[in-house]
Amino acid sequence: MKLDLSALLPDSIRPKAPIDAALDDVHLPGPTGANFPLPDVADVDSFERQVVEMVKPSHGTTTLSFIFQGGVIVAVDSRASMGPYISSQTVKKVIEINPYLLGTMAGGAADCQFWQRNLGIQCRLHELNNKERISVAGASKLLANTLFSYRGMGLSMGTMVAGWDHKGPSLYYVDSEAQRIKGERFSVGSGSVFAMGILDQGYRWDLSDEEARELGRRAIYHATFRDAMSGGTVSVYHVTKDGWVKVSGDDVGELHYHYYPAE
Amino acid sequence: MSIMSYNGSAIIAMVGKDCVAICSDLRFGVQHQTLATDFKKIFKINDECYVGLSGLGSDMQTLRQRFVFRHNLYKLREDRNMKPSTFANMVSAVLYEKRFGPYFCEPVIAGLEPDGTPYITGMDLLGAMAPASDFVVAGDNTESLFGACESFWRPDMNPEELFETISQCLLSGVNRDCLAGWGGVVTVITKDGQFTRSLKGRMD
Repeated sequence: MKLDLSALLPDSIRPKAPIDAALDDVHLPGPTGANFPLPDVADVDSFERQVVEMVKPSHGTTTLSFIFQGGVIVAVDSRASMGPYISSQTVKKVIEINPYLLGTMAGGAADCQFWQRNLGIQCRLHELNNKERISVAGASKLLANTLFSYRGMGLSMGTMVAGWDHKGPSLYYVDSEAQRIKGERFSVGSGSVFAMGILDQGYRWDLSDEEARELGRRAIYHATFRDAMSGGTVSVYHVTKDGWVKVSGDDVGELHYHYYPAE
Repeated sequence: MSIMSYNGSAIIAMVGKDCVAICSDLRFGVQHQTLATDFKKIFKINDECYVGLSGLGSDMQTLRQRFVFRHNLYKLREDRNMKPSTFANMVSAVLYEKRFGPYFCEPVIAGLEPDGTPYITGMDLLGAMAPASDFVVAGDNTESLFGACESFWRPDMNPEELFETISQCLLSGVNRDCLAGWGGVVTVITKDGQFTRSLKGRMD
């Protein structure tokens, strides 16, 4: 059975749903999102730890990103699992923050989606205030600051913020412990060890565009093969000085037999 | 984490008209890490009787050896093969011997009785038999396998129809299971002989 890949398309070419006017009345957190009601308990920290145990975030993911001469490659799988059960094979794990910035999703799906959308708002406000686009360093710092204010309260995310700014291609790893690291290649998730093996082996700074895209695709494919919790499709994005493009989205069911044809 | 889903497995046996089929997936892993994709979990006992073992990989191999050993002794004493129902009772007894330190395997037995009637039975790890007249499933995600079998199975299928049905059930079942899949193997037993075919599946 072929997978329905429409959920993985970039937002820009997906049909838009009409905006409900009733949304005006809805209470939304402000740009920094810092006004969530807290539970009325003595020890928020251990309470949230118990809550995390109850609503286990979707574990099992492989995401990777690396910078090279031609920009940034971001590649991800698309499986969501609940324990050993596969709940979806078409989850969108690349979050398009704006035309120059991408975020990846590992850990809690809702946490990643909400806070990266929130980051999109903050980046847009920066643009309106300063009449120039925010740098990747700045955007990742905004996210890290937001996450720092929620430290120890049970958020779960391991995300990469990738983009192109006035300094060229740039890549940061930010997680829910508010750790923020600049680097040239990262891989996050249960399949990251397998992906990193391929990535380290094939990586060079002067990779051509096509070589780099294929390296990202190959690394995620091998992670889906070895890691039980990763699978579905391999999506590859490329960020250049003109912004990001989605390069490919391949069903692993077909990709495997493309790489290794059956006799 | 249950030891029954440490390595991952999926097994189905199904009844057709004067034929039975049994199949398994091919993955062998350690929790989330896939180590091999050619690990068959169904074993031939004789022309008319196969056993599938789900659960812990090492106990599968031990049990297979013990079953073959007991079957060989039976052949020496009786000068004939065990019929599937006899074999199932032997399996049940072997499993219950270890009542307080069980093998972590749930067997599925499929075969044809000497009069040609199909016989399938499932069993828990202590040897409680649960014979069925339609299909039996075992593995770490029986809900999905059951769902597929409940929708696709119908009575009196011929060997080719049975092969197609059991294959589709296995593939759709394991496509909702992280720990099983990576291809499959199917054996169909008829009174005129058996055939075994391997299945291409999603490799993720």
